[in-house]
Amino acid sequence: MQDMAIHPVDWLVILPVVLPLLGAALLLMLREAKEAQYWMALGTVAVLLLGDIALATRIAEQGPVSMTMGNWLPPFGISFTADLVGAVFALAAAGVTLLVLVYLRLDMPDRARRDGVYPLVLLLLAGVSGSFLTGDLFNLYVWFEVMLIASLGLMVLGGRNSQLDATVKYGFLNFFATTIFLLSLGLTYGTLGTLNMADIVAKAPAADPAVMASIAALLLLAFGMKAAAFPVNAWLPASYHAPPAAVSALMAGLLTKVGVYALLRAMTMLLPASREVLEPVLVVVALGTLILGPLGAIAETNLRRALGFLVIGGIGATVTGIALNNEAGLAGAATYVLHAMLTITGLYLVAGLIEAMTGETDTRRMGGLYAAASLPSVLFFVLMLAVAGVPPFLGFWPKLLLVEGGIAGWAPNWDGWALALWVGVLVNALLTLIAGSRLWGHIFWRAGHESAENEAPNPDLRRLDRRATWLGLAPTAVLTLAVFLLGVWPEPLLGFGKQAAAGLLQSADYVAATGVAGGEP
Amino acid sequence: MDHLVALLAGIFLTAAIYLLLSRSLIRMLLGLVLLGNGVNLVILVSGRLGRIVPPIVPEGAKVPMAGAANPLPQALILTAIVIGFAMFAFLLVLAYRAYQSLDADDTDKMRVAEPRNAPKPPMSY
Repeated sequence: MQDMAIHPVDWLVILPVVLPLLGAALLLMLREAKEAQYWMALGTVAVLLLGDIALATRIAEQGPVSMTMGNWLPPFGISFTADLVGAVFALAAAGVTLLVLVYLRLDMPDRARRDGVYPLVLLLLAGVSGSFLTGDLFNLYVWFEVMLIASLGLMVLGGRNSQLDATVKYGFLNFFATTIFLLSLGLTYGTLGTLNMADIVAKAPAADPAVMASIAALLLLAFGMKAAAFPVNAWLPASYHAPPAAVSALMAGLLTKVGVYALLRAMTMLLPASREVLEPVLVVVALGTLILGPLGAIAETNLRRALGFLVIGGIGATVTGIALNNEAGLAGAATYVLHAMLTITGLYLVAGLIEAMTGETDTRRMGGLYAAASLPSVLFFVLMLAVAGVPPFLGFWPKLLLVEGGIAGWAPNWDGWALALWVGVLVNALLTLIAGSRLWGHIFWRAGHESAENEAPNPDLRRLDRRATWLGLAPTAVLTLAVFLLGVWPEPLLGFGKQAAAGLLQSADYVAATGVAGGEP
Repeated sequence: MDHLVALLAGIFLTAAIYLLLSRSLIRMLLGLVLLGNGVNLVILVSGRLGRIVPPIVPEGAKVPMAGAANPLPQALILTAIVIGFAMFAFLLVLAYRAYQSLDADDTDKMRVAEPRNAPKPPMSY
């Protein structure tokens, strides 16, 4: 047993999980009171956001914070260890969820509210926050499953045929991925005798490198599948466009990013020696994802399916950072995750507004929207440039860091892999720009439906009413504003990236915070 | 004993992968169940088998007796079984509902979300 008292502020580590779980349970009991449900869900996430801000501030000042359940002496209890990467990602997740919740009121049919859409959102947030903050691999598996079951519920709510079809594919493939993760957990426990992340950092170097490399390969498969990295990305464009726009925004913004976070944590911090063995695989995965994502978006006519391919392209950028494994590269990966959370969620929300205004999901039949609604067109344009990585928007800085990292890895000894990676990032930016500007052109710029003869104005456009403007357009505008502000004032973002990369590369602080291997608790 | 259980786990995983490669949803579901059970066997065997002393600390002592069984894999497996069963139940209902609505349990015929003859991208711009 541990005798020392826990500093009151350290209870914040567990708050991002406890609060949404309690909130979800409470909301389930109140499922008849639809109005109260909505405000309570908003209130829960708002309090959670404040808690996350406090946690991130404390960690930025004093380094990682850890807490072990049941007051056990680590590595025996389940540890929750928050370092800067996890805390800031959890903060961004809570902020994004708050905005999507506002939008959700507009987007969900009345039946879905009775069927528990708000408890499911809170449950999803609990899973996401838990994944970002936990310091135990098995616990990470549990949070993955919490997240998976909540997202399955959200995806199928409404029960349209396309949703059922999408959920079948999403459910089967993701459950397979988490089971593979469980398999690698079993092997990790058999080899190292521990599942505590800090303890793994301490014990992995002494283990048989061949065994550790196979475990790392299994983890790469499992997390790569969760993150929708090439070549195991097929489930994402098959499923993310089926549910209502707010739900797909939440999923695209949060779920794949958890996969990337797990990959970052496992490859860079837990098993750095095995990452080196797997480096060629990581490079191929990164390049494939970087190039094929935006190419898929160019070839797609369904708006949200095209956005799904852009999500995949972004995953490639983060895997690039993991493959480079130097300070700039990892800073690029960490900041890219943050950027993708904000930008991709915003893009899906605008896509929802576009679908509401045109009544179509096919970009070929959407034309002429600029005349009807100029603000959504500006938002879409800004977010599209941000995804492509055009300055002065948020997406520029992560890509700059990645290219810097690539050049830093390439320059000393003309390493061909690093060269391929940073050229790949640039090609990805160009292709994404082509895909995004084509989408913008087809939806907003062209006068009417696509055909050679008919360029007559689109007669089917509907303006957003007052309610849709406040509930739909306002949260999207807030996200876009954040993307713009962080783009013109990138100091905090770059500072975070640098500190995050240092924390991942030198895990001594993390291990010491957990209190294993003789570190000061 | 360890080797035999490891072999059994291997057989489970092989059968699971074979079933998962099928296009029929029910077979895939059975494949996932087998996969989960095979993985649970892996966890069990990774905690070492063949010890029959219960992992209970005798009165007055501070540690369990020598040769005590390892309780941690059992706790892990119990969690994994519960989660796996919940997920299985959900996917079974989902597959049945999909069968009712889409009239297909063959994944090749479930092409509502991803139409088979997807249109070509616009050629303008």
